[in-house]
Amino acid sequence: MVSVTTDWPDALYETLKEGGITQFAYVPDAGHKVLIDRSIADPDVVSVSLTTEEEGVGLIAGADLGGARAVLLMQSSGVGNCINMLSLAATGRFPFLTVVSMRGDFGEGNPWQYPMGRATRTTLEAMGVICWDVDEPAQVVPTAKAAITAAYGAGQSVAVLLTQRLIGAKPF
Amino acid sequence: MNERVLRRADAVPPVLGDHEDFLIIAGLGSPCRDVAAVNGAAPNAYPLSGAMGAATPIGLGLALARPDRRVLVLTGEGELLMSVGALATVGVLDPGNLSILCVDNGHYGETGYQKSHTSRGVDLELMARGAGIRRTLTVAGEDTLKAGHDLIRETEHASFVLLRVDASEPAPARFDLNAAANRLRFREALLG
Repeated sequence: MVSVTTDWPDALYETLKEGGITQFAYVPDAGHKVLIDRSIADPDVVSVSLTTEEEGVGLIAGADLGGARAVLLMQSSGVGNCINMLSLAATGRFPFLTVVSMRGDFGEGNPWQYPMGRATRTTLEAMGVICWDVDEPAQVVPTAKAAITAAYGAGQSVAVLLTQRLIGAKPF
Repeated sequence: MNERVLRRADAVPPVLGDHEDFLIIAGLGSPCRDVAAVNGAAPNAYPLSGAMGAATPIGLGLALARPDRRVLVLTGEGELLMSVGALATVGVLDPGNLSILCVDNGHYGETGYQKSHTSRGVDLELMARGAGIRRTLTVAGEDTLKAGHDLIRETEHASFVLLRVDASEPAPARFDLNAAANRLRFREALLG
């Protein structure tokens, strides 16, 4: 029996794969551990470890030029690294899909995470990226499906924000 | 070695050779004109006039998507320095169908020819090698143009060629600044 409450990371991975994603780009992050590990172990996809999140914006555009679909997995702090690079998606009308694990959010104990955590949605929206929050396990898969449709069906730039109400806060 | 004897407009065409060997990502600035002068702004190249630092990651995504095609990132040293970590990402994955041709004139041509870091002791071929890219070469004279031409066609490993040129203007050429139109043209030509 699959539990939607605890197995949502695996369900999210399956949803992304079913959505035709073949390139998983990431900067290591605890909130994305299952997605990252599964993409590394999966011979059907390419797992791309980035040195900085903005590389992922370019990678997604390059994949699109070749007819492939990619996703960028990053923490909220990485969103700030992407700002100017998002010009590429906006100007070139490239699809853009990211799954963001939030920090500086509900229950955060590390003060360094708050500035970018609070600016995540503002920053993405300022660059034309649609943001959808996920607070509950039952909403992970439907939101991911909607985001895949928006990005790769309708050519939009979309971010799924996995909030700390969903993923919990790291203890300090 | 630090002398810049090759004239830009003369040095890029023989290294690039037959542009139809590649899908090309042209980095911000003069590289877009370097490419357009050779391929007549054909849709096998995607030119960037913004998103500085994007050329190498775009080339990587394209190379991973299309292992059946050779992908060339043709960019300048200023653009490359903005995302030098991307060299490490390329080095780790080592896609044999991806090559980077960095046209290094030691200056930021778009903004008034201010000196770049490579005029001040930075060696991007060494950085590429340090990033794990196994096939690298500096082309600084006519005697190595052919070797550069051949190395960007290497198929076993990702490769990096630093083409050291003077700070003269690129060959005159025009290309479309409309990034969305260029995307559609590129995809239409490649994907049908």
